[in-house]
Amino acid sequence: MSAVLSVERPRLLGVELAARTLLILAGLALAVFLLAPMLAIFVRAVQDNQGNYVGLVHFADYFATPALARSVWNSVWVSLVVAAITVPAAFVFAYALTRSCMPLKGTLRLIALLPLLAPSLLPAIAFIQWFGNQGVLKWVMGGVSVYGAPGIILSEVFNTFPHALMILIAALALADGRLYEAADALGTRRLRKFFTITLPGCKYGLLSAATVVFSYTISDFGAPKVIGGNFNVLAVDVFKQVIGQFNFSIGAVVGLLLLVPSVVAFGVDWVVRRRLTANLTARSVPFMPKPRRLFDNLMLAYCALVCLLLLAVLGMAVYTSLIQLWPYNLTLTLKHYHYALVAGDYAPAFWNSLKMGAWTAVIGTVFVFCTAYLLEKTRGLGPLRPALRLLALLSMAVPGLVLGLGYIMFFNHPQNPINFLYQTMAILAISTVVHYYTSGHLTAVTALKALDDEYESVSASLKVPFYKTFWRVTVPVCLPAILEIARYYFVVSISTLSCVVFLYAPHTILAAVAIMNMDEAGDIGPAAALGTLVVLASVGVCLLYALATRVLLAKSQAWRFNLEKS
Amino acid sequence: MQNGRDISALPPAQRDYGIVFQSYALFPNLTVAANVGYGLVNRRMSRGEIRTRVTELLKLVGLPGSEPKYPSQLSGGQQQRIALARALATSPGLLLLDEPLSALDALERVRLRGEIRLLQKKVGVTTIMVTHDQEEALSMADRVVVMNQGALEQVGTPREIYEQPASPFVADFIGRVNVLDAVSLGAGRYRAGRLALSANGSLHDAGTRVRLYLRPEDRVVEGSLDGESNQVHGQIAKVEFLGGHCLAELQVPELEGQPLSVFFSLNQMRELGIREGSELRLALRADRIRVFAS
Repeated sequence: MSAVLSVERPRLLGVELAARTLLILAGLALAVFLLAPMLAIFVRAVQDNQGNYVGLVHFADYFATPALARSVWNSVWVSLVVAAITVPAAFVFAYALTRSCMPLKGTLRLIALLPLLAPSLLPAIAFIQWFGNQGVLKWVMGGVSVYGAPGIILSEVFNTFPHALMILIAALALADGRLYEAADALGTRRLRKFFTITLPGCKYGLLSAATVVFSYTISDFGAPKVIGGNFNVLAVDVFKQVIGQFNFSIGAVVGLLLLVPSVVAFGVDWVVRRRLTANLTARSVPFMPKPRRLFDNLMLAYCALVCLLLLAVLGMAVYTSLIQLWPYNLTLTLKHYHYALVAGDYAPAFWNSLKMGAWTAVIGTVFVFCTAYLLEKTRGLGPLRPALRLLALLSMAVPGLVLGLGYIMFFNHPQNPINFLYQTMAILAISTVVHYYTSGHLTAVTALKALDDEYESVSASLKVPFYKTFWRVTVPVCLPAILEIARYYFVVSISTLSCVVFLYAPHTILAAVAIMNMDEAGDIGPAAALGTLVVLASVGVCLLYALATRVLLAKSQAWRFNLEKS
Repeated sequence: MQNGRDISALPPAQRDYGIVFQSYALFPNLTVAANVGYGLVNRRMSRGEIRTRVTELLKLVGLPGSEPKYPSQLSGGQQQRIALARALATSPGLLLLDEPLSALDALERVRLRGEIRLLQKKVGVTTIMVTHDQEEALSMADRVVVMNQGALEQVGTPREIYEQPASPFVADFIGRVNVLDAVSLGAGRYRAGRLALSANGSLHDAGTRVRLYLRPEDRVVEGSLDGESNQVHGQIAKVEFLGGHCLAELQVPELEGQPLSVFFSLNQMRELGIREGSELRLALRADRIRVFAS
């Protein structure tokens, strides 16, 4: 044994040990903040209020109550209708974007994605203004009240449209141009090409879009809370049982019911993702649409109409926030903004949301990216890795409302050593990080997988510890993905409602919760004003992100140049 | 074993080695200088020392002055040499080359072969190179280790591997070879088809089924064949043109359908009048035939 060796050994072992410890800590964090709350719900559903095991009594009670049992059916059929409207509408839009030569594609796409930036309550408020009791276009409804199923359906179509659109654009963009060339060479008619090449090519995308829309709608809480009226759905039932009646057991039962469609959707999506990647080989040639005047114009007309409708919804919310009182006094005013930001009871809400968004963006991005790195690029701890990967994907399968419910049951427990987190800003940020974990995780993993696996081996051979290579190489190369994760976290966390509605304290109230409360109190102007502010903040962050990426790309152009090609 | 210690069980960071991968694994966001100096920064060397060492290494691999460039601005072969410089920077006791040339085009590959060999001799570092290209192994190595599905087949100099393959796998894997089914007649005599052949230096009991391995160039055609053993006579069935030489397929009636492939230089082709359909007599070299039990 040489003297050099005996000096080196403990230090390098320390580095290996550090990587493993960090990975274990990340696994523990996900276990505590995702798995444990879910287990708490399972346990609560089979216990009475004194904590004794009672079996499936609560389930029996639930289904014996006709009003509650009806919510299951209501939730299901409303979600089905929303999927049946959104998916075809988004498909045509995605088809126009990917397969036509219409002008203004970028602008139309941007407008169509705008609903992502709005809290899910905002369209409900707008639809009340359009079609409600005092609505501008009330006569269009022909005597049918917008409160209830029609309002929920309209709002959820607005909310889910961009989600379906993104999936379908991805599916349609995966076309192999060679197939179409072969069909042309065989003299195939246009309609036949559509049914034999296009539709089969994106059937998994359609399936995935449908399940995402369905599970989003069935677990969304904001829109039915505002515009649902007396029409009961599962998501609102959980809220009423827990907040209104402190009936945690029935709340847990409904929460578990809500978990079912999400888990199914998760399974479908998982299968679909695996099929999608196998669909396109490296030798595929991207499809290039050719200009066709009539078709392009028709597509442009359709997309313009959809964008107009989406803008009409958002526009009505903005308009509501700027006028005195609909429909009696239409003079323009900023008093609702003054009330929402300064004068009202919920004045801290917007600033809290910004703070929470910033926290979530920072904590979430660091945690998601570091965990993904440790998972993909370090060695050892074999069995822990698949478990962690599964947890990372599983967070998508848990509706926000259910996660929030799990958090109160788990963290509010007096014997929980970390119940000091309860009623803090930290728990809001943590729950949001966990709730939106999957998307960030997939972004990080995709970026990391594009890197050469051998960077770590090279560093080891040069005796450079892994964290130095992480900092000097991995982070700079993945910076676009890291910024994207941060942007995503900020945008979703300032408009999220379902996850935090059980967890806020008076001093940590958030914008989305404040909108809900103000709407309930009849302060629809301030509610709209706050919603508009949330959208503006998201737009601001997106612009900042675009600017940052552009500057970054320009700065690193010397080495990013040609990188995609090689 | 490395300097008297067994490194098989040690984690990579504790082994003293430099490595070059097929993909080079150059850090794309760092300049050539930063890449080459990557392992030096950790060794408490001053900036000046590092700069000197990097310049020296870049000169060594034939790319002086490329310090400020980024990997994506270099060609594949150049990136390869930067990766080599980075691996050599810390003066490791062992250099591992993991298929370093397989991502390059054929011409560049042949050129770099010689350069790496030259460089390795200059630096004098023990080098292990993994390759699937037999020609590469024969032309570059001092010693070749042939492995088959994780098991060691033969260790030897390139000539030993080529001329005295230790197993049918090695004979098949390295270079072209004729394989003839035969039965041993004892005392180094074998019967393939209706033909009796002798092979020196191998012993198999009479009656055992064997395979005879013979390279296409191990034959005598020129001058008088009188007195040569293993004479065969046949007809050229087809000729494959390979550039500097040709591969002729000889149909020998006595071999009962087992064709013989034979190399000829272009001059031999002309002088012996070899073309498809022509008759030919030649002798197989008894000292070159390898016999393995089948």
